[in-house]
Amino acid sequence: MIPDLGKYAGAVAWSYVASLGLILGFVALSLWQARRMKQALDEVEKRQGKSDA
Amino acid sequence: MSIWEYANPKKFMQTSGLLLPWVTGLAVTAMLVGLIWGFFFTPDADRFGSTVKIIYLHVPAAMMSISAWTMMLVTSLIWLIRRHHVSALAAKAAAPIGLMFTVIGLVTGAIWGQPMWGTWWAWDPRLTAFLILALFYLGYIALWAAVENPDTAADLTSVLAIVGSVFAFLSRYAVLFWNQGLHQGASLSLDEKENVSDVYWLPLVVCIAGFVLLFVTLVLIRTRTEIRSRRMQALIARERLA
Repeated sequence: MIPDLGKYAGAVAWSYVASLGLILGFVALSLWQARRMKQALDEVEKRQGKSDA
Repeated sequence: MSIWEYANPKKFMQTSGLLLPWVTGLAVTAMLVGLIWGFFFTPDADRFGSTVKIIYLHVPAAMMSISAWTMMLVTSLIWLIRRHHVSALAAKAAAPIGLMFTVIGLVTGAIWGQPMWGTWWAWDPRLTAFLILALFYLGYIALWAAVENPDTAADLTSVLAIVGSVFAFLSRYAVLFWNQGLHQGASLSLDEKENVSDVYWLPLVVCIAGFVLLFVTLVLIRTRTEIRSRRMQALIARERLA
């Protein structure tokens, strides 16, 4: 199933590991920030009796 | 019905909330199909061996780093001309995403360059313009963080977006302006002689679609976060005044 990458296996593998790692890490960070901000805003709105934006 | 309706944060939140699951699903599907197709089911190239598989990451990331700045330029101009806050927040939200794509472009380029050119880096016009674009992204993000008043920050970063667009433009066309350097011409072209072979072209187009959709997904998520943050600051300020 894994293709034979020959003498460039290291370069190809590192490109994929580095890129996908960066993308997945960034997506996770964005989702975490979004969830944290929504929770914080919900708390403030609840305190003030406002509805969500 | 006008596009300017979406400048209303409430309308933007409603519409983006409906769109997000669909755009996210399409982004994940396109990226998985494109990358699996490119990595597992395309042959090695005569000149580049298996390193040709790096184009499925490098080319879409490089294209998106320029496109993200172009989007920031347009939204910044909308802010400067029409003073729509959602527009300025969308530009702010796009900058870290653009930086991520630029870093991927630079890293995959360096990893590809080492075996192919015999060096990780060269002061080639396109590479240098890309490095400067990455520095502009960093400067843009730092400027938003450094200025306390959000409207002043939006004004200053909008001007920076206009200045930086010169390097976004250069990083795309540097190969044509200066007929020198290591970097080859476009991988995708309307000219059949320049274009990559169909066997690589088709998965590459799917990967590009995946990266575009990923960008849209992340911009929507991060703009929603920025709008919520702005609303929370306003509510807290009102609470203090009361």
